[in-house]
Amino acid sequence: MNESALSPAGSENAAGTLLEARHIVKIFGELRANDDVTLKLKPGEIHALLGENGAGKSTLVKIIYGSLQPTSGELYWKGEPVTVANPAAARDLGIGMVFQHFSLFDALTVTENIALALPPGLDMADLAARIQTVSADYGLPLRPDALVADLSVGERQRIEIVRCLLQEPRLLIMDEPTAVLTPQEADQLFVTLGRLAREGCGVLYISHRLEEVKRICHDATILRHGKLVARVDPQQETAASLANLMVGSEVAAVKTAKGRAPGEPLLELVNFSMATDDPFGMSLKNINLTVRAGEIVAVAGVAGNGQGELFAAISGESVTADVSAVRLSGEACGGENITMRRRRNAAFVPEERIGHGAVPNFTLSENVVLTHHAIGEGVVRNGLINRLAAHAVNAKITEMFDVRKGTPDPEARALSGGNLQKFVVGREVVLQPKILVVNQPTWGVDAGAAAIIRQALIDLVRGGSAVLVISQDLDEIFEIADRIAVISRGELSEADPAEDMSLERIGLLMAGAHEKANQVGETATTA
Amino acid sequence: MGALEAVILTIITASTPLLLAAIGELVTERSGVLNLGVEGMMIMGAVCGFAIAYTTGSPLLGVGAGLLGGVGMSLLFAFLTQTLMTSQVATGLSLTLLGLGLSGLIGESFTGLPGIKLNAIDIPFLTDIPFIGPILFGQDILVYFSFALVAIVTYVLFRTRTGLIINAVGGNHHSAHALGYDVVKVRYACIAFGGACSGLAGAYLSLAYTPQWIENMSSGRGWIALALVVFSSWLPRRVLIGAYLFGTVWIMGLYVQAMGVAIPAQLLSSLPYLVTIVALVMISGNKTLTRINTPACIGQPFAPER
Amino acid sequence: MKLILEKRSEQSRAMALLSPLLAIAITVVIGGIIFASLGLDPFKALHVYFVEPVTSLWSIEELIVKAAPLVLIGAGLAICYSANVWNIGAEGQLTIGALFGSAIPVYFTTWQSPLTLVLMLVLGGVGGALFAAIPAALKNRFGANEILTSLMLVYVAQLLLDWLVRGPWRDPKGYNFPQSVPFEGWQLLPLLGEGRVHIGAIFAVIAVIALAIMMGRSLRGFEIRVIGNSPRAGAFAGFDQKRVVWFSFLLSGALAGLAGICEVAGPSGELQPNISPGYGFTAIIVAFLGRLNPIGVLFAGILLAISYLGGEAAQVELGISDKTAQVFQGMLLFFILACDTLILYRVKIVSGRPATAKV
Repeated sequence: MNESALSPAGSENAAGTLLEARHIVKIFGELRANDDVTLKLKPGEIHALLGENGAGKSTLVKIIYGSLQPTSGELYWKGEPVTVANPAAARDLGIGMVFQHFSLFDALTVTENIALALPPGLDMADLAARIQTVSADYGLPLRPDALVADLSVGERQRIEIVRCLLQEPRLLIMDEPTAVLTPQEADQLFVTLGRLAREGCGVLYISHRLEEVKRICHDATILRHGKLVARVDPQQETAASLANLMVGSEVAAVKTAKGRAPGEPLLELVNFSMATDDPFGMSLKNINLTVRAGEIVAVAGVAGNGQGELFAAISGESVTADVSAVRLSGEACGGENITMRRRRNAAFVPEERIGHGAVPNFTLSENVVLTHHAIGEGVVRNGLINRLAAHAVNAKITEMFDVRKGTPDPEARALSGGNLQKFVVGREVVLQPKILVVNQPTWGVDAGAAAIIRQALIDLVRGGSAVLVISQDLDEIFEIADRIAVISRGELSEADPAEDMSLERIGLLMAGAHEKANQVGETATTA
Repeated sequence: MGALEAVILTIITASTPLLLAAIGELVTERSGVLNLGVEGMMIMGAVCGFAIAYTTGSPLLGVGAGLLGGVGMSLLFAFLTQTLMTSQVATGLSLTLLGLGLSGLIGESFTGLPGIKLNAIDIPFLTDIPFIGPILFGQDILVYFSFALVAIVTYVLFRTRTGLIINAVGGNHHSAHALGYDVVKVRYACIAFGGACSGLAGAYLSLAYTPQWIENMSSGRGWIALALVVFSSWLPRRVLIGAYLFGTVWIMGLYVQAMGVAIPAQLLSSLPYLVTIVALVMISGNKTLTRINTPACIGQPFAPER
Repeated sequence: MKLILEKRSEQSRAMALLSPLLAIAITVVIGGIIFASLGLDPFKALHVYFVEPVTSLWSIEELIVKAAPLVLIGAGLAICYSANVWNIGAEGQLTIGALFGSAIPVYFTTWQSPLTLVLMLVLGGVGGALFAAIPAALKNRFGANEILTSLMLVYVAQLLLDWLVRGPWRDPKGYNFPQSVPFEGWQLLPLLGEGRVHIGAIFAVIAVIALAIMMGRSLRGFEIRVIGNSPRAGAFAGFDQKRVVWFSFLLSGALAGLAGICEVAGPSGELQPNISPGYGFTAIIVAFLGRLNPIGVLFAGILLAISYLGGEAAQVELGISDKTAQVFQGMLLFFILACDTLILYRVKIVSGRPATAKV
């Protein structure tokens, strides 16, 4: 693919702008989510909007798409001032948006999902036919009568894109589209975007993956803490220089522990299988995995391929009848619950920090009790909670992990994502566990917090612990993992040394032979 | 009038209030709102219906008043749960407690007064056909309306854009909001619709079932209607079947007693409640059925993300 | 004009205390308006309603008699609702508790010993707990909605009581009135002092203190609150949701059953078809007004008892229906729920649509 080298293919009005946002300010309470942000985008241009989590990218695109109204500032569409009162008004102008958290309805069909975003008065049979045509045309195969609940993440994104394409958009907004795709699926997406750009459609592309921004974007606007930092030509920048602009300071490089000889196996799954009773869940099939003392093993994979189930199986949130299928420190414990496994000096950090890892409206010290009640430094004695001990643990976590908060012991929901993630990881690390399992350790957190968390995992391993990281973030995996396994449709590949793994190989494993066969079949039926 | 004919006629009268209330609650729940106040809205519909029919002498005005009584109560619920974002369970409970109290107060001066019965529609010749005539052509307007309602709700929910939007809002309110639908407005409308149906069900009780005002005369029918919605797994045609099953159970007790079978009357009276429990257990045990059709957002308050 | 709710980053502690007071104030104001519209002097009516019940010794004793069951049941329900377990069948558990306890005087009419009373009280608690075990089991085993099952069982329990007092348990010397034999001696609760206050009031206070300690300090209370707030976080903490369902249902059922037998062996002195003026339902309001906190329940129970007495007084002195009490109770719950919004949100009134610029 080489369209990145081309200049914007604006056919109709090469000099004119398609969209201009001038001096946008958006205030939530005391937070200035957007502070005098200006952005300009030409037809046929793929324009990157870059920034860390919390930099204000989502707020800005929600304003452009009419989901939010700016506190002050103006929008111009093709040179004319406009007010985008709501998403329907945005769609009328020709603005389409693909959300990061898809705006889809599981219980409805593909056609119904698409109809909801189109103006009323459509004939559903006609629409289904148009979906067939357009999706085939752009290489995004879809079955109109399929229920969304049955589709993979990649297929769901196709619905979102086709939904926009049917409205013949002049501007397409994409919020972190590749975060949920395999590298191969991402390549296919870039082809589609390139074609749209050549047809004169503008694309506003939100990402924090700098390599792909350099690869496909013509222009880039960078935000930090709600403010406009720079507008640059990504072709003239390096990934490192873009990263510096985004973060604002050099992020301390993580000191790795790679190259050490691993010790005895501390965490083992042996021919582990578990069927799910959840119609929307994923069964785990015949999983074998060993994590040794002194190494970090990472499990890569696209969301929804059994990561949550794998975490539950190892943590003991799900127990199995096959007792010897799970071994901690060499001892069979498949039938033990999470508390018993914690007593074996294992610790766990789930994917969702709010509502799973922490109770949102409990204070931090109460959230300490959540995982320390059966272990640790006397947080619970004789069935009674020792609040002082819980406060002490909270203070220790705060100090070790630099958790920033307004008061010493606020409710968990009052913390920013990065600080709460530091807290939930820190809560386990202060126990110095021999085994630590973390699902998505840095999902949606800022670079500073991510660095602290990754360093803590590495330090733990240096001290002789075994760490299993389940992550969708391949950059993170290559940064910290000694060995990498890939999960796909509930099956886990062998964990190979990180240096033997390439992006392409991981991508193929993520897709799995199974998936490929499926795609071929679908293309055949839709064609 | 033959015995079978009489039985069928009473089954219809016993089933109609359940059907009306349940079909309304079904629409409310499809939009993602659990309104546990059906009993309270129903009893308010009953007292308003009776009061207006008695003072004006027009049962039809009474039906209208019953409807408005239910809507009024449901809007209270909507304001609290949708605008003030209170807990739907707690608010629904309080709606029932308030409705039972308020109806008792309003109805006190009407207790024991002779009621005005909602007249059956009398179609010359057709109604006179033996057996079939009175059953098919001799009912009052609310009975016909309850059947029409099942058809209308089925059509709207599954064949129109309005229905698609209701299902979308109940299935994923964040997505619906992102696409630009006004979740709160849709829910207000669906709650009010549920209130109207419950109000009609109440008016049916005090104007047709037993044309008089008796305190607490809904006697748990609102709760049974709620159970019926679960039992029907949110499908209108199954609500129809369920309502008539429960109506039959309700009536069976009376007939068994009348036949002089030596079973305590109280045991027979408790049958509808026991059958409700059994039905709930049977349907809840069927995980796939309940899981697939349950509106995913039911009971969750919606606050648009910033 | 538009009402805007802005979520607070943390719950407001001040509002958590103020909200019930605000709700009471609004209820009183609306009550005054209702009285005025009925052509009464609102201040006099409110005085009769809310002040007179606490001015004489006799009425204060009556207040305690009525508050005791409300507090006992309300404290149990507060635990249930904290666990997000919706037991609304306390009225039925109260009834069955009363039946179980009354079996002793009915079948062993002449047995007189302190043990008689102890056994009656224990059976009362056991009966309530067993009856509450039904919805708990159906929820845990089949996923049946406990709101509906526990409520349906209220009707069943009341019909069972009705059948017993009109049938097998009817007092043969009772002139065909639907009532059991009158209880005597150790079949009745000892009185505290001269009036009608019985030791049920002490049970209520003990229950409040014990549950306050449990919820505030113990791991068990923590477990209940975690499961109620966030079941997934509860599972992650290693807590068992089903166990919490069992525990909270059995506990609240036992307390309701105890309240039931205390009513029968206390103020009533016999079984009748109506043993409770809806204590089991009013206790739902008590639990919410008390902020699902056992200590709060104590105060809330007293307040609701005042509304019962006020209703009776208003009927006698002002000639208005005692149904107004139920209306007040219903309104109060509504206003508490509305005012609780202030704990989590700030209310702002904005004129016009916010920040919509030109068209």
